[in-house]
Amino acid sequence: MKTETLKPVMGYIAGLLFGLGLAISGMTDPARVLGFLDLFGAWDPTLMFVLGGAVVTNFIGYRLVFKRTAPIYGEAFQLPTRQDLDGRLIGGAALFGIGWGLSGYCPGPAIASIAGLSLPLVAMLVAMVAGWYVARKVA
Amino acid sequence: MDLIASLQGLGGGVLIGLSAVWLMAAMGRIAGISGILSSLIWARPRGDSAWRLTFLLGLISGPLLVMALGGGLGNASGDAVDVTGAVIGAPAGGVALMLLAGLLVGVGTGLGSGCTSGHGVCGLARLSPRSLVATLTFLVAAIITVYVMRHVVGGGA
Repeated sequence: MKTETLKPVMGYIAGLLFGLGLAISGMTDPARVLGFLDLFGAWDPTLMFVLGGAVVTNFIGYRLVFKRTAPIYGEAFQLPTRQDLDGRLIGGAALFGIGWGLSGYCPGPAIASIAGLSLPLVAMLVAMVAGWYVARKVA
Repeated sequence: MDLIASLQGLGGGVLIGLSAVWLMAAMGRIAGISGILSSLIWARPRGDSAWRLTFLLGLISGPLLVMALGGGLGNASGDAVDVTGAVIGAPAGGVALMLLAGLLVGVGTGLGSGCTSGHGVCGLARLSPRSLVATLTFLVAAIITVYVMRHVVGGGA
């Protein structure tokens, strides 16, 4: 099959694995995420295991993948090259953290939870896209 | 500590890591959710739109599959959304709070070039100093926010 036909299939598999991971780990429940962020309450360590499992798996996996010179269905690996720290990175991360702490949703779980069909979540997703638009205008 | 929840967290985390490895191996791309959706909306030319769209469809179908397989997995609050069952938890607030949170998440991940997946899962695995600083920053900001909301404003609820 042609590469252009296969790319969407590969993308779907990656998304499905990600969505399964979020659901199985409990990250599509904002209460669990907020329980992790509530260090000074009834702390729920689950998110630490999720991030730990993901980073270690990814660290090992990336090392194997980068033995190749190019991805299977692409011209080249597309990796960020910047190494410097700037105000936009740190300020942006801080604003994101406040929004994450208010809602218990970062973008992945928010999108993965669409099937919950709740009005507050739809409002959040619309506002998130509006926020990206604002960031593009500022940047 | 809830051992079952921790093991499910670890297992789910490994799946998320495999997803990121797979996207890099197949497409040479970072599995950053904020980047994938915002690029789907704005990136031109549209050559990568198809796989970005199917990635998001896959992301949405993951929790649906777990629910279809009978999962009461991963619900800490017990007050799941009625329509779908127990896997997808209810939002933590009403429309006004979520609009504010969404705007902050959008502007923040836009300016900061990534979210929990791009900086956290992928950036940390690449040992990127920018991603390490971003991850520590949003974790600390979120922890302070929850502290203020629950223990200062909310009076310890």
